[in-house]
Amino acid sequence: MNKLQKNIIKLLKEDARYGYAKIATMLGCDEDTVKEAVTELESKGIIVKYTAIINNEKTGEEFGDALIEVRVTPQARRGFDAIAEKIYKFDDVKAVFLMSGTYDLAITLECKTAKDVALFVSERLSAIDGVVGTSTHFIMKKYKDGGVIFEDDESSKRLSVSE
Amino acid sequence: MNYEKFINERAKNIKPSGIRKFFEIVEQRKDVISLGVGEPDFDTPWGSREAAVRSIRKGMTHYTSNYGLLQLRELISEYYKKRYNCDYDCKSEILTTTGASEAIDLALRAVCENGDEILIPEPSYVSYCPCVVLAGANPVAVKCNAETEFKLVADELEKYITDKTKALILPYPNNPTGAIMERKYLEKVAETAIKHDILIISDEIYSELTYNEEGHTSIASLPNMKERTIVINGFSKAFAMTGWRLGYVLAPKELLHAMYKIHQYTMLCAPTISQYAGIESLKQGFEDDFTSVTEMRDQYDMRRRFVVKELNSMGLKCFTPRGAFYVFPCLSSLGMTGEEFASRLLEEECVAVVPGSAFGESGEYFVRISYAYSMKNLEIALQKIADFVKKIKSEIK
Repeated sequence: MNKLQKNIIKLLKEDARYGYAKIATMLGCDEDTVKEAVTELESKGIIVKYTAIINNEKTGEEFGDALIEVRVTPQARRGFDAIAEKIYKFDDVKAVFLMSGTYDLAITLECKTAKDVALFVSERLSAIDGVVGTSTHFIMKKYKDGGVIFEDDESSKRLSVSE
Repeated sequence: MNYEKFINERAKNIKPSGIRKFFEIVEQRKDVISLGVGEPDFDTPWGSREAAVRSIRKGMTHYTSNYGLLQLRELISEYYKKRYNCDYDCKSEILTTTGASEAIDLALRAVCENGDEILIPEPSYVSYCPCVVLAGANPVAVKCNAETEFKLVADELEKYITDKTKALILPYPNNPTGAIMERKYLEKVAETAIKHDILIISDEIYSELTYNEEGHTSIASLPNMKERTIVINGFSKAFAMTGWRLGYVLAPKELLHAMYKIHQYTMLCAPTISQYAGIESLKQGFEDDFTSVTEMRDQYDMRRRFVVKELNSMGLKCFTPRGAFYVFPCLSSLGMTGEEFASRLLEEECVAVVPGSAFGESGEYFVRISYAYSMKNLEIALQKIADFVKKIKSEIK
């Protein structure tokens, strides 16, 4: 990955909607160069998706977000992959990570309600061959997600006009 | 109580800052997106903040040497050597001050005599004129213009030099124009200064925010210039330490000594806690080769390009500034003064920019727009400015 691509990634992570023209202006190059670079990043699977970060509390809808620690029967590396695959096939599972430490897999789950989370854990997750234990943590409040602070208070620390 | 008789003439005659006046108006309105700020939108790095807190906890809350902590001066000396190729002895040629603001004041008070003329490129930062007046000398505005990207052109400068000229203030990278002086321009100015035997007071506070291959050149690094240059810089912009009030002067020992004497009696020493924070900022800089400074500059660079492009697209002619974090677009295409534009923009679109007249007569048909803001704020503000410009243009038709 060259310097231009690194800078493009930084900008896209900040705001995926900047667009080629704006990115080109900001990085001092032309639009076609940016387009080429982005296309390459996409085709190599470095950029996998563009999405929006949502503050669920403000939607007024119910939601059930959870972080789940999963312990699996210790197996060779291939074994983790097989179990991970069984878990990540579910749409509600948004992230599956292999972790160091006291548990093996960390999962984030986004369901419509907390009850749905509970059902998923008891009926789907625990039923998977190889899963020996789970520890479910409901997300009570998101202060910050995707690098954005959700709190409303944006009072500036600086004087609005200064020399 | 008759105060008139107690307040001296000089203090009476200083005009209040045009920026402050505008600030009062902006503060009264809610939901203003301000592009009028003159300080970075980055907070002081954690390491420096922690160093300051540690020093408070350890009780390092007493006076330091008038010159400032030796360790700080050593680091400043190293910094100017490494970044700008200038050699200043940390014991006799460096003075730590309470912000670059104090350094400007000291330099002028040490140098100005009644009747002296001090040349100041215009548009300029608001403090130079009043400080020259307070020091008892006469400020002479050297008008710069957009055609020459607000650089100080030596031939123009010549026209303003008289036998009373003592010094030239050289503020580059520049607030409010964002102009810089590349080496080849500095060389011409240096020639003129040597020819007429005048001092240069070089305010380099925005030195780290230079957006070109060459980087910032200090006039003091040019041959035969160190002996006639007072360099002023500080921690405010490069290290996001505006509120800490930490700056420094670099000058030949005879000049420094005069400034030191004034500083000794009027300020005693720069804030001790700030000095410890400054030490940490420089140490960190040397350790990571100033990557955090470079990253901050790269951030500003992107915003600079974006803002210039947007302003030019909406028909506000604007040269591409290569320093600081300001853009200085011209309003002549709208037939408005900066004050008219800024008032109406504030009133009708809730966006605040600073009228160019706050920086001298040469700025009358300009406004200063700061891009020390997040991209998100800039995008929203510039869209509103674009809508406003469109409206004005249709009114003209």
